[in-house]
Amino acid sequence: MKVLAELAQAVIDGNHARAGELTQQVIAQDVPPKTILDDGLIAGMNVVGERFRVHDIFLPDVLLAAKAMYAGMNHLQPLLIAEGIPLIGKVVIGTVRGDLHDIGKNLVGIMLRGAGFEVIDLGNDVSPEEMVQAAKEHGAPVIGMSALLTTTMPVMREVVERLRDDKLSTDIKTIVGGAPLTQAFADKIGATAYGFDAANAVDVVKRLSGLS
Amino acid sequence: MIIELSIADTAPDRDAVLASLGIPTDRPVPEHIQRLYATASARFKETATPVGIVSEISSEDFAAVYEGEGYNEPDSVVGDVFPRTPHLALFAATLGADTSRAIAAGFESHDFALASMLDAVASDSADRAADVLERRYESALRQDGRLTEDGAALRYSPGYCGWHTSGQKRLFGYLEPETIGITLTESCLMQPLKSVSGVILAGPREIHRFSPNYSFCRHCETHECRERLRALFGRSHGDPHGEPS
Repeated sequence: MKVLAELAQAVIDGNHARAGELTQQVIAQDVPPKTILDDGLIAGMNVVGERFRVHDIFLPDVLLAAKAMYAGMNHLQPLLIAEGIPLIGKVVIGTVRGDLHDIGKNLVGIMLRGAGFEVIDLGNDVSPEEMVQAAKEHGAPVIGMSALLTTTMPVMREVVERLRDDKLSTDIKTIVGGAPLTQAFADKIGATAYGFDAANAVDVVKRLSGLS
Repeated sequence: MIIELSIADTAPDRDAVLASLGIPTDRPVPEHIQRLYATASARFKETATPVGIVSEISSEDFAAVYEGEGYNEPDSVVGDVFPRTPHLALFAATLGADTSRAIAAGFESHDFALASMLDAVASDSADRAADVLERRYESALRQDGRLTEDGAALRYSPGYCGWHTSGQKRLFGYLEPETIGITLTESCLMQPLKSVSGVILAGPREIHRFSPNYSFCRHCETHECRERLRALFGRSHGDPHGEPS
């Protein structure tokens, strides 16, 4: 459908005004909301994600595209909710207790939403108890944790251990990320996965959610 | 002592800001990103009110500040360097609350690209504010004849290199950064977010050498300390952090 391709292109171009207009237009044409989401907005974000992955474009371009996607979602979200159409998955994210640095976590959240996930963003300075409780309450199979301070990284281990103690490690996976983190640290604390940047985090969350 | 800082004092470095967002600067930066940077810089100038505070502290008093709540790593850079440091000063600097509010507002209104660029500009600027305080303390020591030309000052902050964030409580108790508008949350985090605090350690250059074998170094991908030491010692001195020079 040509207009859906145009919508995807508006997202790729980061043209939020056009993305909003086209979303309204296809809604008016009675195109199913799930089709608009998958073949218009997410299709565009997938192209953007791939171009970012191969360094063809940069983070600001991804964020401009995300703004365009959100402009479309403003119109589409009520219809998706009304029809009970679930997004592709759920993720709880937060910056760990003792850490206020949330820019990286915000970027991951934006890109996860762009990929079609429902993101439960707990903000920053989040305790292990809150992380685990939110995942249980929302039925989210993935918890994403961020830290910038080397002294707050150990809080991630507390989340992993709490999940293990509550016998939830099989059902709820963990991904950790942040400037000072490494794959070795993720392995050491028993996290399921490590995301080295926002785009990689989306790929990893898809994998942990059984989507790729 | 409260130190008024100008916007020019804390002007961000464009290449450093862009690099922090993963944008290479060894080739032409796309025009739309240049415009984004210019808009973020203008927003920064409208909102930032940089100010700092510095207070000298004796090694004995700093030992109590550094001990904090007892959560530091058993071995740490600051713990090793400060006992051999003749001149110490606590410091804090902030850009004020308006810049942080502008960043938050940008994200709320889905202006993600501008908000993240402003965040990067502000982060670089906050570091530069701390740099200014470090340089001014170093300069004052030189003027007083307490620091030789070969001497140097380096700063460290709670939350990094084994100094636990809970150390902020005693640091704030001594320095009182509330007088420049910085407060601590229950979790020992500073508000406004774009604030920096810590200790400046000054003395003969050699006091700053340390071995990179701390337990937390193995899992840390942040290489800023290496850059700072390279800047201090130069590659001809070998890499004090153990990397090939």
